[in-house]
Amino acid sequence: MESDRPVFDEMGWPQEVRPPYALVDAWLKSLPRDQLDLKRREAEVLFRRIGITFAVYSQGGDPERLIPFDLIPRVLAQAEWQRLRAGLEQRTRALNAFIHDVYHDREIVRAGLVPERLVLHNAQFRPEMAGLDLPGGIYSHIAGIDMVRTGPDEYFVLEDNCRTPSGVSYMMENREVMLRLFPDLFRQNQVAPIAHYPDELLATLRSVAPPNCQGEPHIVLLTPGIYNSAYYEHAFLADEMGIDLVEGADLLVRNDICYMRTTSGLQRVDVIYRRIDDDYLDPLVFRADSTLGVPGLHFANRAGNVTLTNAVGAGIADDKAVYIHVPEMVRFYLGEEPLLRNVPTHDCSDPQQLRYVLEHLHELVVKAVHGSGGYGMLVGPHASRSELEAFRTLLKARPHEYIAQPTLALSTVPTFVEAGIAPRHVDLRPFVLSGADRVRVVPGGLTRVALKEGSLVVNSSQGGGTKDTWVLED
Amino acid sequence: MLARTAENLFWLARYMERADYLARLLQVAGHMNSVRVDSDRNSEWESAIVASGCRVGYFASHAEAAESQVIQYLAFDRDNPSSIANCIEISRRNARAVRTALTSDMWEAVNGTWQEFAGFQDASGDPDRLAAFLDWLKARVRLFHGVSTNDMLRRDEYCFVRIGQFLERADNTARLLDVKYHVRLPQATDVGGVVDYYQWLAILRVVGARRAYRVLFKGQVESVHVAELLISRTEFPRSLVFCYRQLTQHLDAIQDQSPQLTAEAKRQAHSLYAQLRFARIDHIISGGLHEYLTSIVQQTDELGSQIARGHLFQS
Repeated sequence: MESDRPVFDEMGWPQEVRPPYALVDAWLKSLPRDQLDLKRREAEVLFRRIGITFAVYSQGGDPERLIPFDLIPRVLAQAEWQRLRAGLEQRTRALNAFIHDVYHDREIVRAGLVPERLVLHNAQFRPEMAGLDLPGGIYSHIAGIDMVRTGPDEYFVLEDNCRTPSGVSYMMENREVMLRLFPDLFRQNQVAPIAHYPDELLATLRSVAPPNCQGEPHIVLLTPGIYNSAYYEHAFLADEMGIDLVEGADLLVRNDICYMRTTSGLQRVDVIYRRIDDDYLDPLVFRADSTLGVPGLHFANRAGNVTLTNAVGAGIADDKAVYIHVPEMVRFYLGEEPLLRNVPTHDCSDPQQLRYVLEHLHELVVKAVHGSGGYGMLVGPHASRSELEAFRTLLKARPHEYIAQPTLALSTVPTFVEAGIAPRHVDLRPFVLSGADRVRVVPGGLTRVALKEGSLVVNSSQGGGTKDTWVLED
Repeated sequence: MLARTAENLFWLARYMERADYLARLLQVAGHMNSVRVDSDRNSEWESAIVASGCRVGYFASHAEAAESQVIQYLAFDRDNPSSIANCIEISRRNARAVRTALTSDMWEAVNGTWQEFAGFQDASGDPDRLAAFLDWLKARVRLFHGVSTNDMLRRDEYCFVRIGQFLERADNTARLLDVKYHVRLPQATDVGGVVDYYQWLAILRVVGARRAYRVLFKGQVESVHVAELLISRTEFPRSLVFCYRQLTQHLDAIQDQSPQLTAEAKRQAHSLYAQLRFARIDHIISGGLHEYLTSIVQQTDELGSQIARGHLFQS
């Protein structure tokens, strides 16, 4: 766990090559360097032409940036994946049970396992959802569980994203581009396909049709619009599922029924895969100044006329202070031992733990409880003296808003960099789909890679890249 | 089909068509300028400004229609809402908003144009680069229309693309023919003279109709025949009557479940189509070609608003 332990390289470098990577290793050795260079440029042209871009706010220059794509795949053996998958399913079942409980009887609070303050005083808690029964009791239909690895059998959950996790389009396009560039590679390796993700997503959305829906549900994807950083993904998913991509202004609610404006009049909408934050969803209930949402949508939801995925208030489960309690949720709701481990986490709201954190700040990672995207975060070992001091002040002033974790020696995967091929730290975001019928997971997920040498920050907004993620069939 | 999708497709096609028309205007203005027999160097460029419908905007910020300024204004000026640069920008913004309604080849045609355009920003001062740019642009628009024709499902989406294209084309053709009204000849007695002749020829060239004219009318270029070709010849794909026939067909093909809402747009399109179809060119000219064309531009504009109302783009 501590950072001075040797880093686990998933390919096995510099020692013997680990079995899942045997063919990748052979491929790399057989490939002339300039060939890889050429293919990398080809990949970039492909991404630009398809328009897979990512908008980064508050930066000059190209408003539509590419996320750097690394050609060398990240490989998981089937057995490794099966273990992960079982753990992911278990964890999302517990998370959904927890959110349901939060908006109903709060038994876990009464049992004394999660402090009441953490639920009721949480910015992500939506009292408007209290007592509402949702189809299948599902709140986080699409969850992105961020995983890191520190050894052959050591996986940790870094955080749960229960609101509107993005990145799945990169997972799919990365595979598409790899298939176009290196068809031979796929002929030699038996890589589990992922192209059925949109079908699985659609099946999941269908399964949670609202109680008052008759017949086949009419499903749409609600986007904030073309200026949103993940707009490409919204368009991509709507396209792949063959459903309409709508903006707030395309929808309206009358008598608690949601409709979309079409060229042939109003058409009823049953399920909305929304990629707009809770705050902006309904100006009558949440932020009144929101122009992105649909007035009255929340009431249509409460009346059982429309299902929102993910449900309003699902964010209560991906708060970093709530995270600490997820293993307990698995035991409490499922009566099972958790298959996935949490990173040991210090809750700074506890005075004793805060003291420890302040004493060991230079070796810890400190995260804001509500932060995301790698912002508002301190990586102790890489921080300057003044950054450390700044966080020390913050922690003392508002301890409730922070947690601290040891810096993990994240695993590395060989990556194509300026100087050649070198190990770089990676994480993994598998996407778990929870329907009223069952849980669906496509093999793998999105591998993000920190391209800077030694860096542990993989977020695309902070210079991270992505890789194709392979799960090998046996 | 989502009403906003219809709107985005409509504007996407309109702006692609407009970009193509502007490129044609600039090409012909340059060509005519180089064969000019007198010393009035700005006349063709002024025509281009008039024919683009940008006269008011242009002269608000420019004193005269000098070649380099006109090229800059019509092709690259971001402050001119109808410049080629903005046409490409707006087309692409509309395409992006309806990616799910486009085939991947259509998207790549629009997105590729937008990307490659960046490489031509400096072309306005260099005649060779400008020529390459205008040829490139025309080819890109042809590509867009080609892939939409070959790839799109024949559903309402397709109709809205075509309606946008032909509404814009009708507007462009009417403005182009009207340009003669605004352009000064060296002397009033020159009507029918050499310069006059070249100006009519230029109009034919803009719409690529030199050959069509020869086939249909044989002989010398005469104003009355040019007007006939551009107004009422159903064989010619840029004539007003051709555009309006397309508009009526596509408006009729759209599945509307709200006939009372769309009735007015259809009535206007069919009414104008019938007038164009049975128009007599001698009557039009004796009644005043300029007045006739001004009325067509206005009615086309009104039809555009009516389509927007009828199909719920505006609510």
